[in-house]
Order: sequence, then C-alpha cells, then structure tokens
Amino acid sequence: MKEIINLPVSKIDEEEYHINMGPQHPSTHGVLRLVVSLQGEIVKNLKPHCGYIHRGIEKMCEKDTYPQIIHLTDRIDYLSSHISNHAVCLLVEKALEIEIPERVQYIRTIMDELTRIQSHQLWWSSFGMDLGGLTCFFYGLRDREMILDIWEETTGSRFLQSYNCPGGVMQDIHPNFQKKVHAFLKTFKKKIKDYDRILSGNVIFENRSQGVGILSKEDAISYGVTGPSGRGSGWSCDVRKTEPYSMYSKVQFNEVLRYECDTYSRYMVRMQEMHESMNIIEQLIDNIPAGDHSAKMKAVIKLPAGEYFQQVESARGELGLYVVSDGNKTPYRMKFRTPSFSNLSVLDHISRDMKIADLVAIGASLDLVIPDIDR
Amino acid sequence: MNSFFKYFSDIFHGVKSLLIGMSVTGRYFFSPGQIVTQQYPENRKNLQMFERFKGEVIMLHDENNLHRCNGCGICENNCPNGSIEVIPARITGEDGKSKRIIDKHIYHLGMCTFCGLCVKNCPSNALGFGQEFEHAVFDRSKLTKVLNKTGSSIIKGVE
Repeated sequence: MKEIINLPVSKIDEEEYHINMGPQHPSTHGVLRLVVSLQGEIVKNLKPHCGYIHRGIEKMCEKDTYPQIIHLTDRIDYLSSHISNHAVCLLVEKALEIEIPERVQYIRTIMDELTRIQSHQLWWSSFGMDLGGLTCFFYGLRDREMILDIWEETTGSRFLQSYNCPGGVMQDIHPNFQKKVHAFLKTFKKKIKDYDRILSGNVIFENRSQGVGILSKEDAISYGVTGPSGRGSGWSCDVRKTEPYSMYSKVQFNEVLRYECDTYSRYMVRMQEMHESMNIIEQLIDNIPAGDHSAKMKAVIKLPAGEYFQQVESARGELGLYVVSDGNKTPYRMKFRTPSFSNLSVLDHISRDMKIADLVAIGASLDLVIPDIDR
Repeated sequence: MNSFFKYFSDIFHGVKSLLIGMSVTGRYFFSPGQIVTQQYPENRKNLQMFERFKGEVIMLHDENNLHRCNGCGICENNCPNGSIEVIPARITGEDGKSKRIIDKHIYHLGMCTFCGLCVKNCPSNALGFGQEFEHAVFDRSKLTKVLNKTGSSIIKGVE
C-alpha cells in the first residue's frame, strides 16, 4: 500500500514553506483543510484535504427508506436543504410515474427560490466578512431572518425543514404564507440596493476581486464547475433551463451569465440571481392553485428495480442524485453528485500565483459548503 | 498626461464609493427603522413561537389525562434514527379479549432530527410537536423521556 503523504509536493523547494489553512479557519466556513505551499506571499500549490466532516450519508441512505432519506439530504448542503429534498422527491416520483398536484409544484418552486435567495444572502454576508466588511454580515443576516420566519411558520423549522415528502409536501402552506412572502419581496427589493451600495461599488472590494482568480470557460467545463461559479465564466449550465423540472418550464426568467471570468463576475452573477429568484416568486405567489397538498401515496414506497438519475439546480450548482434500486424499500446504492466538491477541485488551479489574501476572496466566491463536499 | 488624470479620478471615485457605503451605514445608525434583535432571556414570558414550531415530540393528552396512542409502533418503524421506542403491554378488555395498549412510549430527544415522520404517519394522531425549545441539560440521560404521562390511558373509541 502506498503511504499517504501529507506534504503536497514531491520536490520540496527550500524557498517554499507549507501552511495549513484550516481545518479551523474562519474563511473556510467549516472544517476544510487547505495545505498551501507558499513562496513568500505567492500561492504556488494548494491541496485540499477533505473528510473532516464525513458522515457517510451515502451509506446511511442504504438502510433508510425513501421518505427517511429526505431528512439526510437536508444535512448535505444545509444552505439549500429544500432543493436537496426536492431532488429526492422528484426522483421517487419519476421512478413511480406519479402525477403530482399542481399546487405542490407551485409550493415547491417558491420554496426553492426562497432557498436560493437566503443562501445567496448568507453567501453575500460571509463574502463581505471575509474581505473585512463586517457590516455586510449583519445586514445579510438581518434580511435572511425574514425568510427563516416564513419557513418557521409554514414548515416548523428554520433551517433543516424536511418539508418535502414523496408525492407532495408535509403540510399545506400557512394562511399567512403569501402575505409574508409579499412583505419580504417588498422589503428586500429596497434592501438589495443597499447591498450594491455597500459592497458591489466599493473601491476596496473592486480592487480585491476584479482580475483575481480567472477561471476560463474551458476550465469551468472540464472541472465541472456548475452553478453561479460556472455561469460567471460564461458557461450556460443552469439545470432550470437545460432540464426544467416543476414550474421552471412555465415561468419567465433569465439565466444570468457574465463573461469576465473573475471573482467579481461570480459575485455579480449571484447578486443578479437574487433579482431573478424574486422575479420567479412574483410570477407564482399569487397564482397558487387550490387543491391537495399531497398526492395519494402507498404506505411503503418501493422503487422498481433499475437505475435512476435526477438533477436539480441547487444554490451552488448542479446536484445530481443517482439511485440503483433492486426493488426493495431501501435503495441498493445512492450516489450524490454535489456541486461544492467539483467547485473545490478548481480552487488549486485558479489560485496559483495569486497572493494568499486573494485565496480568501477566491474561496468565498466559489461559495463552498463543507458538508456538501464531505457528505 | 492621461495617467495623471487617471490617478486623480481613481482617488475621486475611491473616496466617492466609500462615502456611498458610509451613507448607508450612517442611515441605519441614526434611523434603524425596525429593530430585529430580540432580547431573548428577558422576553421569555411573552415569547410566542409559531404554532407549527417543532420543539420536541410530545404525546397529546386531554384534560382528563387521556391520549390516543394504542401502541401500534408505526412511529417507531418510521423513525430514521431510532429515537422512538414503543413498549406495548397487553391487558384484558371489558369484552374479555386481550388488547394491546401502550406501556411506555420512550423518546430520545438527543437522537431526534425533527424530520416529522412520526407525527405525520401516526394513524390515530396521538403525537404532536411541542413548543419547548430550551433543551440544554447537564446530564444526557435527562434527554430520554417517557411521552405517555403516568396514570394516563387511551381515549375510549380509539383503536
């Protein structure tokens, strides 16, 4: 067996030294360890070490039934938990060929977009904080609180909702739901202008992000960098457009693309996506049709033997679910294709020959969620 | 000459962008609008959670200490991580037939992930979510609770 070598390079230069960024570092937003080879202040090489928060979720899924799997997918990417729930439900419904009530599809799409907005809000907050603007963190979390309250009223949880279930949603929406979403949209449209005034046009922020961490379109495709990070390089990779699910084929929205390929363009894609998400919610929120909040399902859900794949657009890229079923009530094998794992793989490539302070900005612009990497 | 002008226009734009940012923070500093921070330990008395809030799993009892649980164990089967243990007992009913009732409904709060499957799948709606959220204790064994209250029995007519 080959010995596992912790040092990142085979040829150790005397001028180079290696430092561990993480596992406990505030700008990695979790337990991610990056072994960085430095020459002075210049990053020469970077090796991410994963697995500090590995919980074996794929293996745990093999002993759980399909409704039980949903609460585990919350904990993969905790900032887009609703979207991960949605993926499992879509997969089960596709395999069983069930017709889903239109009301459910409306509710799920609205919840998905609220998830995307709150995820981008938290990303914006921590991006500002990583670059030294603590005000951003307070303002972002203040506005995110409104979405968490909407969720708490309807689903009962603020963060890990487990709101979807195969065939529908757990409970019908709360009577106050539409009123509160309207209030949120009205408030946030004003507040997002503040976001631009504080951070997007700021001279310090612009100098630290423009021209930093260039990721070309070819590299984005070959590394599989999806989501807003890939669209910041001009790669049209939005699953909501390429493989529409739920209501996305019926609503009007633009896929946000930027072509500067740097940290600033990835930033601007996410800022613009928040506008697009609000646009989608506005088209749906007043037209939720009446009806049942769940389709009739059997008590024990068994998928027919075979292989199934479902992809959705989570807040940080393409989330793919691959299930092999042998006809039992539990899957034989479950594999998650998580976006953060692929996005992390490109970090070494785009942060080479940059300053170590730029590494923080680049890492923040990729919007990594560590449990999503380690699963 | 061009670089000379660029130098000064960069300084001008830099200062301008900083002032724009400062105007936002200044506005919130002097007129915060609504205050979102809650004074948590002080407002305990009038702190109202949302009605669907998932604080802990409870068994619903009415004023006569009656519940609707018949000990079928569907909640135990649906729980993904074994935080519910149903210990049933057998009694002889009024008609002389042996009948299954609940002896102890044990709930491990420390293992619960609040997925809501037990409450959703209960056929007789015996379980619900409580509003309590201050779960910090000094001893882990205190997180294991018996949900059916002592001396409680099943409502007549629920099977």
